[in-house]
Amino acid sequence: MDKRLSVSSSPHIRSDITTRRLMLDVIIALIPATAAGIYYFGVRAALLIAITTLSCVGWEYVTRKALKRSNTIGDLSAVVTGLILALNLPPQLPVWMAVVGAFFAIVVVKQLFGGIGQNFVNPALAARAMLVVAYGSRMTFWTAPFNSASNMADAVSSATPLGILKEGGILPGLSQMFFGNIGGSLGETSALALIIGGLYLLFRGVITWHIPVIYTGTVALMAWILGPNGFLTGNPLFHVLAGGLLLGAFFMATDYTTSPMTKKGMAIFSVGCGVLTIVFRLYTNMPEGVSFAILLMNVAVPLIDRYTAPKRFGGGARV
Amino acid sequence: MAEKKSLGSVFFNGILKENPTLRLLLGMCPSLAVTTMAKNGLGMGAAATFVLVGSNLVISLIRKIVPDKVRIPVFITIIATFTTIVQMLLAAFLPEINKQLGIFIPLIVVNCIIFARAEMFAQKNGPLLSIMDALGMGAGFTLAITAIGSIREILGAGTWMGIPVTINLFEPATLFILPPGGFMVLGFLIALINKLTNKKKDPASAQGGSGCAAGCPGCSKAMHGGEA
Repeated sequence: MDKRLSVSSSPHIRSDITTRRLMLDVIIALIPATAAGIYYFGVRAALLIAITTLSCVGWEYVTRKALKRSNTIGDLSAVVTGLILALNLPPQLPVWMAVVGAFFAIVVVKQLFGGIGQNFVNPALAARAMLVVAYGSRMTFWTAPFNSASNMADAVSSATPLGILKEGGILPGLSQMFFGNIGGSLGETSALALIIGGLYLLFRGVITWHIPVIYTGTVALMAWILGPNGFLTGNPLFHVLAGGLLLGAFFMATDYTTSPMTKKGMAIFSVGCGVLTIVFRLYTNMPEGVSFAILLMNVAVPLIDRYTAPKRFGGGARV
Repeated sequence: MAEKKSLGSVFFNGILKENPTLRLLLGMCPSLAVTTMAKNGLGMGAAATFVLVGSNLVISLIRKIVPDKVRIPVFITIIATFTTIVQMLLAAFLPEINKQLGIFIPLIVVNCIIFARAEMFAQKNGPLLSIMDALGMGAGFTLAITAIGSIREILGAGTWMGIPVTINLFEPATLFILPPGGFMVLGFLIALINKLTNKKKDPASAQGGSGCAAGCPGCSKAMHGGEA
């Protein structure tokens, strides 16, 4: 019997991509940002990254065991969540708070809603938001990078560029922000490392260009239009390089589970993220708005998917 | 209606089987808004129980005189009377609690628990049973919101009833005093109660469980209406 003709139910398009391979790609793409974080913030950063990642995997294992479900730590999704969460934390955060964050990400947001593919918002971002609300002062305690000229001793507090923008002070230069020699979360400071990682994901086909490009573009455009000295006087590059925008646009907004399925939906989603980010940054009392912007748009994804569902081939009106 | 209800079963019905907050999901507004401290939960619960007992008693006494068409305005007038009494009592004797609970004391008038018990129980049963039902429901409500308040206060402020508990051990998570913490604690408590009660009657609850997923308040109301 010729095996080339077989009758089966859909789906008919198959590929060799596995969850594990996708997650491994994301981990590889995060290596430059992780390395930059450790380079700028030292051993404390490495410890925090290790503990956060390990506790995410640990919580995943324990929850699956307790709920009597199959063990899923092999698909590496918990490692990715842990790594992204760690990159979103300030370097001097107490370690036990990172473990609490990992608990929230994996147990509450991911496993209680059914595990991988079922979470309604990005687990790492939800955990970050939870930690910001729960331990506000700790989560906004920023330290200057070790290698900056102004700081040779350890852990001197230093505002983030967006914090300086809000509270006044001397803004760092754009090149400083591009390489990451500024205060901020572990993995968000080095734009260069994040762009390298993002390009790797694009090259591997893990993500498409739509969400990162439209999201960043919307932020740049809005920042330019709504400048500090009136219409069209803003500095778009500053807002693109500052804060967690690149980390969010490449690694968190593109999460398969919590982003729309169609290209049109992705465009709506990214524009929404961009507009909300700028609104939070410029018009609220929070310096940074990427995480809350993405979380809010995550919640809107089912609605976006509903209204951008493609027509069936040969079908009439939308179902 | 046909079966004879014992006073004890009516009382305990309100505490676990039909706990107004955790099973019927009634009175969500005060359950979330005032439960930042265990003390507030206790105060709110006591005030609501007082109104509940008073309104259930009066409504059950006059249940045969009140025409069906005007029963709702009549119930509201009765409930509002008792709410005014409790508000004045609190303002006179416990001004601190009154200040903490604020607008939620006058809002007892529109508390679903009280209205639901008037509609579902007091107008169909005698005064003694109605008082028992009010006490059970009140105790269930008080226990539930005091539990929510305790969890939120311990985790969010590190104290319980104002006494320091864990504040010296670890940094309290402000989140639990804020509204999202309220929703989370409520959700986890409901899940816990469902888990504990499902274990006992596994096959029987399968049918009811599937219906409840759609809309618990409506569903349980309908179920109750059927048996009462």
